[in-house]
Amino acid sequence: MAVCIAVIAKENYPLYIRSVPSQNELKFHYTVHTSLDVVEEKVSAVGKSIGDQRELYLGLLYPTEDYKVYGYVTNSKVKFVIVVDSSNTSLRDNEIRSMFRKLHNSFTDVMCNPFYNPGDPIQSKAFNGIVSGMMVQTG
Amino acid sequence: MESLTLSDVEQKYYSDLFIYCDTDNTKKVASNGRVLDLFRAAQLPSEVVLQITELCGATRLGHFGRSQFYIALKLIAIAQSGLPLRVESLNSVKDLPLPRFVVGKNEAEARHAALYQDADSQGLYPAAGTALIPRPPGRGHQNKKAPPSSTSLPAHEVIQPLAPSIETQPETTSPVISPHQSPPTSPHSWRKHKRQHSGGNTDRQQVVAASGAVWTQFREPQTGPGTGDGMWSSHSPPPLPSQESWESTTIRTVASATTTNEIQRQSSSYDDPWKITDEQRQYYINQFKTIQPDLTGLIPGSAAKEFFTKSKLPILELSHIWELSDFDKDGALTLDEFCAAFHLVVARKNGYDLPEKLPESLMPKLIDLDDSAEVPEPAAEVVYSASPVEVTPNKSPSMPSLNQAWPEMNQSNEQWETFSERSSSSQTLTQFDSNIAPADPDTAIVHPVPIRMTPSKIHMQEMELKRTGSDHNHPTSPLLAKPPELSEETKLPPTMKFVAANTVGDGYSSSDSSNSDQEPVTRQRSQSGASPEALKVVAPPPPPPRPQQSHSRSSSLDMNRTFAAPSAPGQPQPSTIAFPPAVPPRPLPTQTSVPLTGHRVESEGVPAGGTVLTATTSPQQIPQQPNFADFSQFQAFAASEQPSSLPEIDKHSEAGQVEKISEGAGPLRAVKSDGPADERTTATVNSAKCSSGPLAPPPKPVRRRLKSEDELRPEDEQLGPQKAGAIAAPLTAQPSIPRSIGKDKKAIQASIRRNKETNTVLARLNSELQQQLKDLLEERISLEVQLEQLRPFSHL
Repeated sequence: MAVCIAVIAKENYPLYIRSVPSQNELKFHYTVHTSLDVVEEKVSAVGKSIGDQRELYLGLLYPTEDYKVYGYVTNSKVKFVIVVDSSNTSLRDNEIRSMFRKLHNSFTDVMCNPFYNPGDPIQSKAFNGIVSGMMVQTG
Repeated sequence: MESLTLSDVEQKYYSDLFIYCDTDNTKKVASNGRVLDLFRAAQLPSEVVLQITELCGATRLGHFGRSQFYIALKLIAIAQSGLPLRVESLNSVKDLPLPRFVVGKNEAEARHAALYQDADSQGLYPAAGTALIPRPPGRGHQNKKAPPSSTSLPAHEVIQPLAPSIETQPETTSPVISPHQSPPTSPHSWRKHKRQHSGGNTDRQQVVAASGAVWTQFREPQTGPGTGDGMWSSHSPPPLPSQESWESTTIRTVASATTTNEIQRQSSSYDDPWKITDEQRQYYINQFKTIQPDLTGLIPGSAAKEFFTKSKLPILELSHIWELSDFDKDGALTLDEFCAAFHLVVARKNGYDLPEKLPESLMPKLIDLDDSAEVPEPAAEVVYSASPVEVTPNKSPSMPSLNQAWPEMNQSNEQWETFSERSSSSQTLTQFDSNIAPADPDTAIVHPVPIRMTPSKIHMQEMELKRTGSDHNHPTSPLLAKPPELSEETKLPPTMKFVAANTVGDGYSSSDSSNSDQEPVTRQRSQSGASPEALKVVAPPPPPPRPQQSHSRSSSLDMNRTFAAPSAPGQPQPSTIAFPPAVPPRPLPTQTSVPLTGHRVESEGVPAGGTVLTATTSPQQIPQQPNFADFSQFQAFAASEQPSSLPEIDKHSEAGQVEKISEGAGPLRAVKSDGPADERTTATVNSAKCSSGPLAPPPKPVRRRLKSEDELRPEDEQLGPQKAGAIAAPLTAQPSIPRSIGKDKKAIQASIRRNKETNTVLARLNSELQQQLKDLLEERISLEVQLEQLRPFSHL
């Protein structure tokens, strides 16, 4: 269960960011922002090593004492960032991957919507629903 | 409960419904068909309906009075809203939507009849199709009250409001003719509608769409009087050029054919505000054509975007509409998707809130509908079955209009189908696939393996048990006839399998026998010296297929023969015999060796018993015996064998007859390979079985026997051969049957004694071992303590 989920556009501004409301959202915003550096680093590193082929799932970007941050980048340089509570040790890599996959799928659906202009904040209810399903259910 | 407060709308609605149901005009409605149909049309589970009936007091009174009826209706609304049925909620629930009833095509008829007292309506009645009861043509106002059929209940409901309205407002009797008449009571929605209309929708599309939406909207509130009028009034032309076309459509509907559509629309509004009417659909199709001439093609997202942007809805809402309507998420709209999107746009423009999920009636069909482009001719159309909810397809058998309605029904059917297909769309489909993973082959049941319940078999098994001593614990397993055993059998050595396969007709017995074969074989191996003959069981190659496959019992007979013959023949044969199922010996075991091998697979007990029987009963009995007769032989044998078998039984059994039997079967089987020993064991087993008493519950005793055999296996291994010897002696002894009962008791008691002894021995052993364990643990603890003490010093 994620604590915060964010979708960052290619230009590194957030298209969608949502966190568990009970906590300080600003903290998560900051975390996501700082994670972008790590994402860039990983993306550039992977790109050089493998060349054209690139792994979309970036894995654990960095852990802090409270939580872990996972990253995922699409081929269009749209980044997904998931912040997970560290105490939630049951979450495995596979689950994180599947969460990213779901995010990617719903993001694609949003993109398919002709009424959505790329670069606009994502306001799709379906996307919201998917994200809610992944967030920690803290009332 | 009686103090029910209803809003005005509810009051009106309920009174209309009551009047509709009150066919006798007695101010109290019995639980007649109409009421029940009404309740059924509410689409609630029958238990809920029953509960409602009880709650409202109708069951108490035996009929529905006005108040009960109202209460029932309110409860229906509550139930449809998903709230628990409580009497208190009657008055506490606010803003409860009106109860909705599934609209059948009859409703169209009913409505039609109510509205139009002309011949057209008559023509429409038949066209309605879904009506179970064909409505007499030419109904006018009367029709309003006379329900055409049970299924037209909803129609009646609709009619009811219309009727009073029509009656009360004579000037509106021909609302169709004067669409400009304003109903005395216009639902708010309509007013809003008009406002919207007057808002200056210059877009023709919008107007038409709006009018369509008006219709739907009109359906929604369904307030009492004036609904029909309201509809018309709402149709009262917006100040737009499209009005004429719009009016023309209304007039058209009034005229004849399309009236049915309208009625349908109205009726459908009862159950589903999202249903697309024929006219609407036709309009949508036309619009689709302007963008994409090919009706089976797709509208690209950009074109759709432009088109819908013209509706001047906010982009966010359009985006949401797109999300809802683009079902396959391909970024393009098929005809159905387009219609759904258009419908949603219309609805939104008319004030409806967008749903969270795509309504069922708007679900795009996976199958292309060619007739979607065919607008039913006015002449008799009917039911636009856009909604799978409609019962139409089933109910229009006799109506001539049926034929015309057929394409619609097909549509609906397809919608049904497609809807289901939809539900298994890509996302779910994948999940499905994973779920469809074939069952674990290991758990797959090869085929049922019934336990042979014939007593003879049990006897045979007992005898086997006795013969083979405790070696065989498996004999019971086959009797258990677990399918897994079958699968296990497949793992058995080929010989075993083969034997199993050979089981005559008894797949089951074969499994049993194979199982038993397996085990005795293994046990025999373990015994090694204990039962040399048993070892031989392992040795022989797969026996030839049994000839008797024709009948199951025959195998046992064969076994009998083999047993009978074999005391001489030698051990390899007896070994095969060892495992024949405990089927009552066949009258004529023509073949000895062959069946022996084959039968081995069969339930061990039977063959053992059979062989034993043959041995004991001698050939003369064999020919005469039917399968059942063997039983008596067993018994006799068992009786005769009991004295000798008792000692073996004691060794084997630990507790009770059942175990005795099972043990008998076990050793019996093992011994079978011993030839004469087998016979003896079978005899003993048999006798044990007999002693154990009733052959009636063979399976259970057998099972227990197996278990006990397992337990006793280590002990029995040693006892097996001994028992075999012991059994052999009595085996040859006698065949009397009558003594069996008395012997049984003694045998039982003896076995009980033996079991108790074993119990005590084991208990002693257990306690000793426990003591040892404790000592060891203490030692270990002390050692650990020492280690701990020494450890710190190790660092120094």
